[in-house]
Amino acid sequence: MIDTKIKTVMETNIDTLLDQMAIDCRELLAGEPALVVGIHTGGVWVGQALASRLGFNCAELDVSFHRDDILKSGLPQQTAVTRLPVTIDGRTILLVDDVLHTGRTIRAALDELYDHGRPARVMLAVLIDRGGYELPVRADVVGQVLSLAPGQSVKLVGPAPLTVEIRESQP
Amino acid sequence: MSGNRQSSLQTNLQYDGRGELHHLLTADGLKLETCERIFALADSLTETPGVKKLPVLRGKTIVLLFFEPSTRTRTTFEIAANRLSADVSAVNVATSATTKGESLVDTIETLQAMQADMFVVRHAQSGAAHLIARHVAPHVSVINAGDGCHAHPTQALLDGYTIRQRKGQVEGLRIAIVGDLLHSRVARSQIHLLQTLGVAQINLVGPKNLVPRAFEALGTRVYHDLRQGLQGVDVVMGLRMQRERMESGVLPSDREYFHYYGLTEERLKWAADDAIVMHPGPVNRGVEIDSALLDSGRSVILDQVTNGIAVRMAVMSLVLSRSWSVDS
Repeated sequence: MIDTKIKTVMETNIDTLLDQMAIDCRELLAGEPALVVGIHTGGVWVGQALASRLGFNCAELDVSFHRDDILKSGLPQQTAVTRLPVTIDGRTILLVDDVLHTGRTIRAALDELYDHGRPARVMLAVLIDRGGYELPVRADVVGQVLSLAPGQSVKLVGPAPLTVEIRESQP
Repeated sequence: MSGNRQSSLQTNLQYDGRGELHHLLTADGLKLETCERIFALADSLTETPGVKKLPVLRGKTIVLLFFEPSTRTRTTFEIAANRLSADVSAVNVATSATTKGESLVDTIETLQAMQADMFVVRHAQSGAAHLIARHVAPHVSVINAGDGCHAHPTQALLDGYTIRQRKGQVEGLRIAIVGDLLHSRVARSQIHLLQTLGVAQINLVGPKNLVPRAFEALGTRVYHDLRQGLQGVDVVMGLRMQRERMESGVLPSDREYFHYYGLTEERLKWAADDAIVMHPGPVNRGVEIDSALLDSGRSVILDQVTNGIAVRMAVMSLVLSRSWSVDS
C-alpha cells in the first residue's frame, strides 16, 4: 500500500503547551519528587522537555514486548531499550506519552513498568489527548485535547523542533 | 562471498514473500538488516532485570525436537520460549517414534497435527531442518538448532551479539577460529554471519586434516601455525573437538592437540592486547583451552550462554510475530 497521507502541521506552539503541562504537573505533584518516564519514541521527547522544566530526570520505556497486537501486526520495526534507574519501588512515576488514543500503549507501559518494580503511584501526562479510548485509561495532565475526523491521525515529529502533524488518508 | 546456487535456494526458504524471516535455517544468506533487528530486540530483552515473563508468544506452541543430545542449546531455547509465555514441549526423539521406524516427515506431520507453531530442530544429519521446513504448513516456523556439520545459526548470532556487546561493533574486527573446522557447524555459521556483519578478516587455525585449504574459498585465511593465526586478532573463537563425528585416527591425542593448538594466557599475547576468548561449549578443559584462561577475564564464554537466551527470545519472537498487516 502506498502512503498517500496529507499532512498539516498543528499551529499551536508546542513550547507553550509544555510550559502549561509543567505547571499542571507541579500542581498535581504538590512538591513530591517524581521520576519522569517517557514512552518511546515521542513520549521520550515530551518527557525530556517536561523533566527539564520540572528539574527531574527522565527515564525511557520501550513497550514493544508488551503490546497486545504483536501476534496480529508483528513486532514494531523499531524497538528501543528501556532505561530505568536501578529501582522504581516506592517511587512516584510521571509517565509521559505524546498522544493518548486507545489507551493500549499505556496498558503495555504499565506492564513494562511493573517488570521493573512496584511504584508507589503512577500519573500520566500526554501532549495530545485525541480520545477514542478502548480501555479505562485517562491522563492526569493533558497538553491539548484534539477532536479528529474519521480517517485523521495525529503524529508528533521530532526530536527538535517538536511539531504535531495531523495526517489524513486520501480518499 | 561465494554464495553457490544450492545455498541461495536454501536461504530463500528462510524468508517469506514479504521478505520477512519465516524460518531460521542457516546463517548463509541471512540479511544484515535481519541480524541487526535480532540484535536490537535482544538489547531490549536483556535490559529488563531478572526478566519476567513477557506475553509475546502467549497461545503459541513450540516443540523442541532434539535428535541429538544437547544441554545448553536445548535449555536456553526452553528458557527463552518459557519467558515469552509460549507453551513448550520437548520431545525426546532418541527414545520415541523414529527409533520405532517412523520417518522424520511422518513424525513432523504427527506433531503438526498437535497444533505446533514452531519446531526447534537439532539433528545429526545436515539438511534435516531444511527438509522439515519444506514439509510444514505455511504458518509453522522451523529453527535450526544444529544440523550435522552444516549450520547452527542461533549460536553464530549469539556469538556475533556477544562480540558486539564486548567490542562495541563487529565491523572491521579480525577474528581467529581455532580447532576442528571440518566437523563444525558452528564455525560454518560463524564465518557466514561474521562476513555479513563486516569483519575485516577471518583466520581459520588448526591441523591440516581438520582445517583444509579448501576453506579459503569462503574468503578466509587458513593457518596451521597457531602463532601466525592469532597474530593481532581481536577475537579468538575456540571450537570443540567433535570426536563423535571423527573417524578414529583423524586426530592426534588430546595432549598432542593442546601442545600445538591449545589456547593459553601466554599464547593469547600473540593476539591484540584486548582480545577476548570465546567457545560455543561444551569446553574440553586443557584440550582446546587451558583452565586458567577459561576462568580469566578474557573469557566471555558465560556471557555467550546468557546472551543465548536473549538472542533466542529475539529470534523466536521475530519469526512467530511476522507482521501480517502491511501498513504501519
